[in-house]
Formats: sequence, structure tokens, C-alpha cells
Amino acid sequence: MLWNALDIALREIRRNLLRGFLTVLGVVIGVAAVVTMVTLGRGATESVTSQVESLGSNLVLAVPGLGLGPGGSSAPGFQMSDVTSIAEGVAGVRAAAPVRNLGVKAVYLQEDLSTQAVGTTPEYFSVAGWTLAEGRSFTAAEYLGARPVCVLGATLVDELFGPQDPVGARVRLKGLSCEVVGTLEGKGQGAMGQDQDSVVVLPLTTLQRRLAGRLGSNDVDRIMISAGDGTSADRVVGEVTQILRDRRGIRDGEDDDFSVLDTKQIADALGSTTRILTLLLGAVAAISLLVGGIGIMNIMLVSVTERTREIGIRMSIGALPREVLLQFLVEALVLSLVGGLVGLLLALGGSYALAQAMGIPFAVDPGINLLAFLFSAAVGVIFGFTPARRAAQLDPIDALRFE
Amino acid sequence: MTHRHPLLELRGVTKTYGTGGAAFRALRGVDLTIESGEFVAIMGASGSGKSTLMNILGCLDRPTDGQYLLGGRAVEGLSKEERALLRRHFLGFVFQGFNLLARTSALENVELPLLYRGLPRSERRAKARRALDAVGLLPWEKHAPNELSGGQQQRVAVARAMAADPQVLFADEPTGNLDSKVSQEVIQLITDLNREKGMTVVMVTHESEMAAHARRIVTVHDGLIASDVSNAPRGRNEEVA
Repeated sequence: MLWNALDIALREIRRNLLRGFLTVLGVVIGVAAVVTMVTLGRGATESVTSQVESLGSNLVLAVPGLGLGPGGSSAPGFQMSDVTSIAEGVAGVRAAAPVRNLGVKAVYLQEDLSTQAVGTTPEYFSVAGWTLAEGRSFTAAEYLGARPVCVLGATLVDELFGPQDPVGARVRLKGLSCEVVGTLEGKGQGAMGQDQDSVVVLPLTTLQRRLAGRLGSNDVDRIMISAGDGTSADRVVGEVTQILRDRRGIRDGEDDDFSVLDTKQIADALGSTTRILTLLLGAVAAISLLVGGIGIMNIMLVSVTERTREIGIRMSIGALPREVLLQFLVEALVLSLVGGLVGLLLALGGSYALAQAMGIPFAVDPGINLLAFLFSAAVGVIFGFTPARRAAQLDPIDALRFE
Repeated sequence: MTHRHPLLELRGVTKTYGTGGAAFRALRGVDLTIESGEFVAIMGASGSGKSTLMNILGCLDRPTDGQYLLGGRAVEGLSKEERALLRRHFLGFVFQGFNLLARTSALENVELPLLYRGLPRSERRAKARRALDAVGLLPWEKHAPNELSGGQQQRVAVARAMAADPQVLFADEPTGNLDSKVSQEVIQLITDLNREKGMTVVMVTHESEMAAHARRIVTVHDGLIASDVSNAPRGRNEEVA
């Protein structure tokens, strides 16, 4: 009987290819939209998380103002002496490095490129997780002497020097001629999509005294602290906060005018943005799923008259109601499963290609795939099956007369 | 089915549509006996209850009250499934509106009752072909109903009914949608089934010209049997009450 029902159902699908195609299309669109959106969203989240983690484990970041977002930096910056106090005063800190950013134009012969200058101390390279590709980093003596030396990021090397060896050459930064002493291994795109390798690193002293000009001051934009292995990031955050409060003269009961974050918090802060994005995309996709479902419903309802007559004919000829129901169930199942599978394959292929193009991980969520698949299949089965169930309950003569 | 009993026997059958004040009594107590091998025409004006009568005889509809014995077996208490099985094995139908499956080839339409009887594919195919050949439509076996004329469609329907070789063939206004020339072809096919194969035929019609082919004419009026006379087939004698 099951075999017979399958036979009849497949014939019926073959005879009504357009109806079958439209049903399948609804399921395909629904499943494909949800799975693609969610897969890409997860990929973006994972990419942000892994990039933040690539900053180094046990990294603690101190920034003026509250939080990472823009608009919070009306608070005064830090001083170099803050960095020294933290490095010396907090147990378990391996190293601490100041960071002062400045937008500059780097020029070598005919080539130039707008980039970020980072003024810092020699500790920066290990704290921020940079590896030298060639040459060396600058020395403590060069830092103290505010020497015009710099280390170039991979993008600058490519753009300014091409295949030539930059070590030993001199580049001009805002009129200051700097000797290139080393180059950095590429890190790729940053958590916010920026090019992390478009950077030139030089001593903080050099940047403050010889590049920043009137913007001068001895401020430091942020402090990067590397806690030693086995040190609790929470404790370091607590002690750094206390030292900075003391040094900035914040009394008990007053709020901090700076933030101290560990890697996990940074990842959470950035991750929450992409999670919201994922939710939003998911919501849009859920609407496509719904629209797909309504499409299926429409086709099924439109064909009710014809199908009720078909059921009447079959029953008048001697088909049992349950044989007719089985036939319709098999039909709906076959169409929904085919649609679900096609949608899933399309979505996985499409999101793989998109993930490659966008440079984010291809992160499949089996749970969501299953959910989208089951939802579409359920819509197909319910709307394919319900009219049949009603028709099979009629006396055959009423089903035949159905208009 | 045993031979002691009449093939079809109605005792005091009534059929009421709706309830209360809006109730319509389509049949008001019908007694009717049809023996195996008969060709009975059921005549009457529209609304007389003749189609209701045939639908009950064909187990497509259930009587409100009364008894219906098919081969001596009470049918009125049977479940939907049991009645479906009776139709599957013993009854065949030809409807006014043809009732063929759309977008389905003539051959597959004829195969349908055999499919539900569970016949193997090759046997199904052979029997269906033979039936199509008998109605002269073998060359059209691959055509869907919408590619056939009305007369051809009705001949496919007759082939479908005869392929299963039923005990009783029910025909509800089989020529109602056809012009007179085509009507003759179809009624001839039905008459031959009765004469040559001994198939019991119950045909509902309002055209006395068609009823004249039957050997017995039952006239229904207002939900009751008004007359029940034998008829010399193809005669010019027209006994309409």
C-alpha cells in the first residue's frame, strides 16, 4: 500500500510539475534565506571574536572615557608615567605599552600612502602580538633618544616599496625623515574591517616631540597591558583600575573617567554588535521563510477545488480514504523534502562563496539548518495535507460535486 | 455474491438533505429490486430524486433510512472504507461530467481502478489497453482529457469502468453533455456491455431516447417510484409516466 501510494504520488507530481515547482520554490526560498543569513552572521561573529583573541591572550586595555565606542573620549588621555606605574606596580604584568595614534602620510620616492602612525615603546611588539618579518624593532636607547626610526606594516611595505627591501631606506612622515629598521608580518583585516597592516610604528617620544607638532602634549591614547600566563585578568583589571584612579585623583564614590577591559570584554563588546546584526538578518530571513510558507499555502488552497474533485474521482473508483491521504502525505513530503534539500544546498553553497568573498569563517549552525528545514517541510506538509484530509472525509459524491 | 438474492435491493429507502424546516426529502420510501444482468433506465425530471437513487445504489451516498441489500448483504450500516471496497471490486461508474483525472493520459485514467485493485503493472497495462481498444481509442492512449473531445472523454470513462469488469455499471446521464451523434456511440458501448458481457447496467437519464435502449424503465417522481415497466429494447414504445 505504501509502495502504491508512492507510485501514485510520484505520478501526480510529474503530472503537475508547475504546481510542484511552485511549492518547492516556496520551501527553497525560505530555507535558503534563513540558512544563508544565519551562517554569514555567525561567520562574522566568529571572525570578530577570533581577531580580538589574536590580539594575544591575557591582554588588558585601558582607554580614557567609558567604553569602546566613539564619543566617550572627552576624558583626558593617559601619561607615560601611568604606563610605568602599571608595569611596576601590578603583580603579574609581563609588560605594558603606551599607544598614541596619529594619521600621517608616508612618502617614499614617488609613492605615498595615508596611514596610521603608532607611537609606543619597544614592549609594544610583544604586547600587541606582532611578529617581525625583517630587520629589528627599535631599541630602548632609540626610544629614550627620540630617534627617527620606524617599523613598517606589511601594507606600507607593499605599497611604497613593492619588491624592494625597505630595511635601511628612509621614508618621510609629515616631513620627518625616518629610517626603516624593520618590517612586520601581516595580520590581515581587523575586527572592525580595517587594515591592521597599514601602520608605521615608531618611538612614542619621536611621535610626541617631532611629529605631533602643536597637537603635542604628552598624552597617551591607550595603554596595552599583557598579563603573564596564569595571572587572573580580573585581578589585573582591578589593580590597574585602582592605580589609574589614584593617579587621576578620582575620589571614592566618583565614577571612573576611563575603562579597563580584558580581551574577553573587548570581544563581547564587539561581538554584541555583530550578534545584533545576525539577529536582524535572521529576522529578515524569517520573513522570507514566512512568505515562502504563504506561497505554499496559496498554491495548495488554489488547487483545493481540483484536488477535491480528484479525491472524489479516486474514491468513487474505490480508493480508500486512507489511501488517498497517504498519497497526499507522500506528495507533500516529497515536495517539501526536495525543496528543503535544494534550499539547504543552495544556502550552504551560497554562504560558502560569500564567506570566502568577505573573508570571514564559514560557520554552519546545524541547529538553525534543521529548524529552517523542518519549518518549511512542516508548512508544505500541513498545507498539502489539510485540504486532502477534509476532502477525504466527504462522501465521494460530495467530493465530486465540490465547486 | 450469492444467486439466491437479487443483486440490488432497496427496501423503504429515504434520503433527506438538511434538517428541520429546511429539510428536503429527495427520496420518500423507495422499494426497488434489480436482478443480475438487467439493463435498467431510471428516468425522471430534474429534482425528482433519480440521481440520489443512483448514488445510493452505487454506494456513493448513504440512505437516511431504509435498507439496501447488495447481493443480499446490508450496505447501509457499512463504514466508508467498506463501501469503498465494494465500489472497488463490484461497481463501475460513468458520470455526466466524465470525471477523468486532469493532465493524466487516457491509458493511466483507465488503469486507475486496476491500480487500486492492486494488479501488477503489466496486467494493468494490458487490461487497460484492451478496454481502450474496445472503445476505439487505443491510438489516443497517451492523450490527456483536455486533448480529447467530449465524446472521446466519455468513451475513456466507459473504458475505465469496463476495464475493471464490474458486476454493476452505474451511468449518470452519460450522454447529458454530448451531441446526439456522439450520444449514440456512447449508448451503444453501454448497451453492448449489457448484451455481450451480461453486465448489469443502471442508467439515469431524462432523455426517453436513451432510456429506450434499456430493457426496463423505472420512472421516479417526487422521491417515489411512479412506474416500473419492461421495455422492448430499441423499440419505439415510449412508456413515460
